[in-house]
Amino acid sequence: MNALGIIEPGFGVTVQDLGRPRTQHLGIPVSGVLDPVALHLANALVGNAPDCAALEIRLAGPVLEVKAPAVRLALAGTRTPLEVSGAGTVPAHRAVRLRRGQRVRIGPLADSGSAVLAVEGGFDLPAVAGSLSTCVRARIGGLAGRALMAGDALALRIGDPVPRGDCRLPLDIYLDETGPVRVVPGPQRDAFTAAAFDLFLASIWQVTHDADRMGIRLEGPVLEHRCGHDIVSDGIVTGSVQVPGTGRPIILLADHQTTGGYPKIATVISADIARLGRLRPGDAVGFRPVSVEEAQAARSAQRDWLEEMAASLEPAGAWLDRDALYRENLISGVV
Amino acid sequence: MVGREPDRDIAPVFLPAGDTGLVIQYGDTVDAAVNRQVRGLATSVAGLDLPGVVDLVPTLRSLLVHYDPLVVSHADLVRAITPLTRRRHTTGLSGRRWRIPVCYEDDCAPDLPLVAELTGLDPAEVVRRHAATEFEVFMMGFLPGFPYLGMLPQEFDLPRRSNPRIRVPPGSISVAARQSTVYTLASPGGWHLIGRTPVRFYDPGRERPILVRAGDLVRFEPVPMARYRELNARPECHEIQPEVSG
Repeated sequence: MNALGIIEPGFGVTVQDLGRPRTQHLGIPVSGVLDPVALHLANALVGNAPDCAALEIRLAGPVLEVKAPAVRLALAGTRTPLEVSGAGTVPAHRAVRLRRGQRVRIGPLADSGSAVLAVEGGFDLPAVAGSLSTCVRARIGGLAGRALMAGDALALRIGDPVPRGDCRLPLDIYLDETGPVRVVPGPQRDAFTAAAFDLFLASIWQVTHDADRMGIRLEGPVLEHRCGHDIVSDGIVTGSVQVPGTGRPIILLADHQTTGGYPKIATVISADIARLGRLRPGDAVGFRPVSVEEAQAARSAQRDWLEEMAASLEPAGAWLDRDALYRENLISGVV
Repeated sequence: MVGREPDRDIAPVFLPAGDTGLVIQYGDTVDAAVNRQVRGLATSVAGLDLPGVVDLVPTLRSLLVHYDPLVVSHADLVRAITPLTRRRHTTGLSGRRWRIPVCYEDDCAPDLPLVAELTGLDPAEVVRRHAATEFEVFMMGFLPGFPYLGMLPQEFDLPRRSNPRIRVPPGSISVAARQSTVYTLASPGGWHLIGRTPVRFYDPGRERPILVRAGDLVRFEPVPMARYRELNARPECHEIQPEVSG
């Protein structure tokens, strides 16, 4: 079997694509990558379709070993480099072809809450409701419905990608996007006092350590409910900002429950979901209201931008694979 | 000539859940008639087969339409769905009926004494009334395959526990707010536990992981502890088939 072997699992590394949005009516979370922009770019770098499943890394990355003639990899959503054993580092946003036995390590992410490592051809895993996304809580998708463990082998669809000039993304400034995250007010804006809604928009919130694939709890002023914090349970979308009895907002992410009983003061627009995926504990975040029409225009603009990025990949030049050079006696092993 | 007036009683409000969700909300009360309206609307909207609609999630008093904003807009959806919202939907039933064995004894029913006290009934009467209720699956949510079942008689209008349990065992049958639920995975929970079923409402290893759906009818049948243990030990009893009608 052509595979990527998991030497060290990292922490909470899972297989993710864009999730399974069509089974929410059965109570099954959508799941999917926290940063869909990174998924699109990482896949473009290795020549995959934009929605091909990849590895999502949060906090600490894994150590992987190539157990196939070769693999082509690319990391996006972070500037953390790939460390290839005995051969130096490969920057993020650049594809690289590694051969059998080579190991690659992704260190702790210093600049992002999540990152995506795509592999040319993707993984040979069974789809559940049309998706390879792992939902650990529902125990479905990915590899046996769980995060990676040491000793796992992820079967590859392509075990010997053709050698070709690898490419890189010329600009990674999307990682530097700042300014408020855009929200559409509601659906339960009326559950809050006018002062609380203004305070929500005027405040700078801090991402707490209580942040996982289900949601991010924010620290800041207390938002006052107009009449209690219990509503009749209703549906939730990714990006819903719910405010429980503590008065502190929780932004719901990919693994959110499909329904819930706390009022939702606002909803992060779909074009800004990827930014939420990159937030880290301690980061500051503010919000700016937009209309649904503006949100939709922002999403279209994001799609156009992603297509432009994928079309603008440029030759990366040769990556100095010292290991190979030694093996081929092009460099003397003795200094 | 009088045109067809929209029925003001049932006119819902449309609320945006960002640019990927449209909430169609009928008031803010938990009521079987309102919930049937919501489920009936879901069926009608599904029948339109609108491009860009990704999923329809009926809840107690509102329908959430998940959509792809690159394919369809909020305004287009409101326009397409509005005529359906003014139609009165009375059933919303799927035609599937389930009979679920439940043990209401001892360790399976840790909160039965409390529920008896809160309802002013003796424990046997709590069980009798719970098992005598033909429940409708009002909505699915909270956990995979987790049904919200209504409605119990008025005396079951109980508050949730002030101190939720950290871990409710899967298969637990709970009550609160005139509703009942079945915990499908071990999870935190704030409702009162009055029984346990060996039937797996969610099993990711099954070809059809989810047992019941919104609009199904569910009835619980008391079984003694010995029978519960026997069923629980036989994997084929973890899944059952519904009766199907109309």
